[in-house]
Amino acid sequence: MTAAIGTEPAVGAPSGRPGLARRLLRRPLAAGALLYLVAIVVLAVCAPILAPHGPQESDLAHVLATPSADHWLGTDSLGRDITSRLMYGARPALIGVLVTVVVAAAIAIPIGLAAALAGVADRIVSPLVDLLMSIPAIVVLLMVLATFDQSLVAAMAALGVLTAPGLVRVVRAAALMVAGEPYVAAARVYGFGRFAIALRHVLPRIVGPVLVNLSLVAATALLTETGLNFLGLGVHLPEASWGGMVADASAVMNQQNWMLVPTGAVIACTVIALVLFGDGIRDATAEGWARPVAPARTKRSRDTVKGVRPARRGAGAAPADRPPILLRVDGLTVAFPGADGRPVPVVQDVSFELGAGQTLGIVGESGCGKTMTGRALLGLLPEGARVTGGSILVNGADATAMSRRERAGLRGSTIAFVSQEPMAALDPLFTVGAHIAEAVRTHTGAGRAQARERAVRLLGRVRLPDPDRVAKMYPHQLSGGMAQRVAIALALAGGPKLLIADEPTTALDVTVQAEILRLLGTLRRETGMAILLISHDWGAVSELCERTLVMYAGQVVESGPTATIITAPEHPYSEGLLAANPQLGTPGTALRVMPGGVPSPGEWPPGCHFAARCPYVMDECTAHPIAMAGTAEHAGRCLRVAPSPKIEARP
Amino acid sequence: MTRILVRRLLLSVPLLFVVSIVVFVLQSLIPGDAASQLAGLQATQEDVQRLRRQLNLDEPIWTQYWHWLDGVFHGSLGTSLTNKEAVTTALGTRLPVTLSLVLGATLLATVLGVVLGVISGKAGPLAERLVDLLSIAGLAVPSFWLGLLLIALVSVRLGLLPATGYVRFADSPSGWAQSLLLPVVALGLAGVTAIAKQTREAMLDVLRRPYIDNLRANGVPERRIVFRHALRGAAIPICTMSSILLVGALGGSIVIEQVFGLPGLGGLAVSATGSKDIPVIQGVAVYFTLLVVAANLLTDIAYLLIDPRVRAS
Repeated sequence: MTAAIGTEPAVGAPSGRPGLARRLLRRPLAAGALLYLVAIVVLAVCAPILAPHGPQESDLAHVLATPSADHWLGTDSLGRDITSRLMYGARPALIGVLVTVVVAAAIAIPIGLAAALAGVADRIVSPLVDLLMSIPAIVVLLMVLATFDQSLVAAMAALGVLTAPGLVRVVRAAALMVAGEPYVAAARVYGFGRFAIALRHVLPRIVGPVLVNLSLVAATALLTETGLNFLGLGVHLPEASWGGMVADASAVMNQQNWMLVPTGAVIACTVIALVLFGDGIRDATAEGWARPVAPARTKRSRDTVKGVRPARRGAGAAPADRPPILLRVDGLTVAFPGADGRPVPVVQDVSFELGAGQTLGIVGESGCGKTMTGRALLGLLPEGARVTGGSILVNGADATAMSRRERAGLRGSTIAFVSQEPMAALDPLFTVGAHIAEAVRTHTGAGRAQARERAVRLLGRVRLPDPDRVAKMYPHQLSGGMAQRVAIALALAGGPKLLIADEPTTALDVTVQAEILRLLGTLRRETGMAILLISHDWGAVSELCERTLVMYAGQVVESGPTATIITAPEHPYSEGLLAANPQLGTPGTALRVMPGGVPSPGEWPPGCHFAARCPYVMDECTAHPIAMAGTAEHAGRCLRVAPSPKIEARP
Repeated sequence: MTRILVRRLLLSVPLLFVVSIVVFVLQSLIPGDAASQLAGLQATQEDVQRLRRQLNLDEPIWTQYWHWLDGVFHGSLGTSLTNKEAVTTALGTRLPVTLSLVLGATLLATVLGVVLGVISGKAGPLAERLVDLLSIAGLAVPSFWLGLLLIALVSVRLGLLPATGYVRFADSPSGWAQSLLLPVVALGLAGVTAIAKQTREAMLDVLRRPYIDNLRANGVPERRIVFRHALRGAAIPICTMSSILLVGALGGSIVIEQVFGLPGLGGLAVSATGSKDIPVIQGVAVYFTLLVVAANLLTDIAYLLIDPRVRAS
């Protein structure tokens, strides 16, 4: 298999795809650019046959003429035909570009490949490249022109040498990327020599980026060549050259400006054509190496799911001794657009309530929709995802109906957030103090000094020793545990009523995990804020949360007091999760790991989402969507749960 | 921090050697030399030989290089072969012109480019396309042609600014600014779109980082996220691009000085190349290299100021 993949690039494009040239010609811009460049080359090569006039043939009766039938682009100050001179002038321009590109490629490709594939070569090449890239090219070019008697070829070859270091970098970087791929490693294992690997496996793959950069080198070479010609260097007058013609035009600017137009435009158009051609190659090669699109997944009908509203707890059923409802999520459904344009749900019909100061855990494996639920609450869903159903009531106001501005106003001041990766949660360019002071100023409008002082106090509140010193530190100087405390302090800056903590301890050491959980518990008691803890860790949830939701494949499958669920889970998934948890297991007995994995969104079965992995599965489980059953206190989405009179189960 | 800068400076010493040696080796290959040029067509063989001895041109190339190097350590870059003027004096009067032109063009490109980049990054795909198109146009239009168009339009047609010539800052600051405005635009405009593109890409890259999400989730307003966090995060690639532009502008300045008749280093370099006046060419090479070294050093300092992690390493 490896050999097959390995040889593929050498042969050309993956089978079933058109070749590079064909793909290139399909792009109108690139094809147009190529056509233009071919036309310029043909006109230059065949100038003696095609040009209407000789390059030096002067018509003194028509000096500085504007376009006419005889002189399509007019004449210059000596009455020479501009069209013809542009055709002849293309010759030095094209030769110059060709010389530079060939020299640069001939030097850069072997050296770049060597640097990428052999460590020894790299240690010599890389510093040398850095050094050579700093040489002011123009000075060397002037010297070369003086040395070689205004020889354009010599100057352009020198330019090729001077641009080679930059190209070496490109080749090296591209080759390094390819060399890291498995098939190159496999080729190495099979004993192919470095040279063979470079030639057969690496070179064909880096053609794209190298050609793109060569087209830029060509564009720069053309601009340099015309610039030198403009200065009267590199061509022997009265030989025609594009840059020289611009210089001619500048000499007669007092009399007329027309001549500036065709002479400058031909240079600009050629450069544009070179750049567009390069872009076309880049896009065409990128397309060639893209993995074939996976066949669209056959979607199971979700109509059975749609329209069926499983029962949920009666509205406003909170007993009088319960704290006021802070957050009420009702039938929340979040979906991504699918391949066929129809929405694919990732969170389906999630409902729960959270009172002020309460703690709720959301437990489940990766891919069950926990994080997406948290993001929906914050109003920060990833691009494409949308809340397609249900409501999120924050202090009684529906957040899903709010404007973006109102929604942003909730963040930080009402709902705050602590993420999983504390190190990635802080901007590396700002001090800890600057982060928190910024949040304080945003939420309180405090002055600079006041915000700073508040920031230090917040750092003290998250039990960081020496908060003054920590405030002056940068994120890269913090340990993971410290960074998470800082992230918590940042979340506290707006005095939130609800803290959403998404796996806040997952990335930390075990001892630090316990400290952070204790800190969250302490802060909750001190501030009276509610906490929504998203976790896959029963230990964390049981430490911090009064109640827990268990989520599976986008749905809530069980909800109830944490202690009850841990001791007497109603749903087989909760049972499986608990049995697989090392902290809660009985010492001496083997951990039971559930077979299988969470089905991807779009592949959810019409019946119970867990049926495929459930040890108790029955025929009825897969027939219809399963509703939540049980009591308001403790409910599960399973046919084995006895329906209570309080909850109306769907037939 | 000082250690990093000192190391950078030490690393640039070899660069000066490489450039000066390349120039020396190339000049030794020139058929004929300054002596035969200076002596003129009527000179006898003896005249040329005598002149050659006077100018130390009869010595082996490494001895000549050593003489030159010895002079450099004593603060002298030799004297011009054509007019006997000290090279440092000749370059000194012209350096401010080139420096104002090159720095002005880089500054223009950076400031305009960042503004355009932020706007295009926030304004959606249409503005993005526009910047992409402009960036191709910016690359494609030769600066000397743009300069001529500016002269034709602004100076000749509208009569607003002087077409050519240079006014020293000491003589008239406003005249200085007027004489530099068009050359700076002609030289700098190509870089505007390069900076804009770099700014946009770098900012969008920063905006995809998780900490931006975390700041948003905790209520930091979008305005501050864009202008404080994303722009600062994008500053390093922008600085890199600016320094690349500055080095490029050094090369471009030679042509632009010619177009606008500015008495800068470029004109001197071109005429010295024509007359094979090696000390002057060597001097221009050294000055240009020093400017490149200074640009690299400034970039390093900028990195240090922007990113605390660089400071720590």
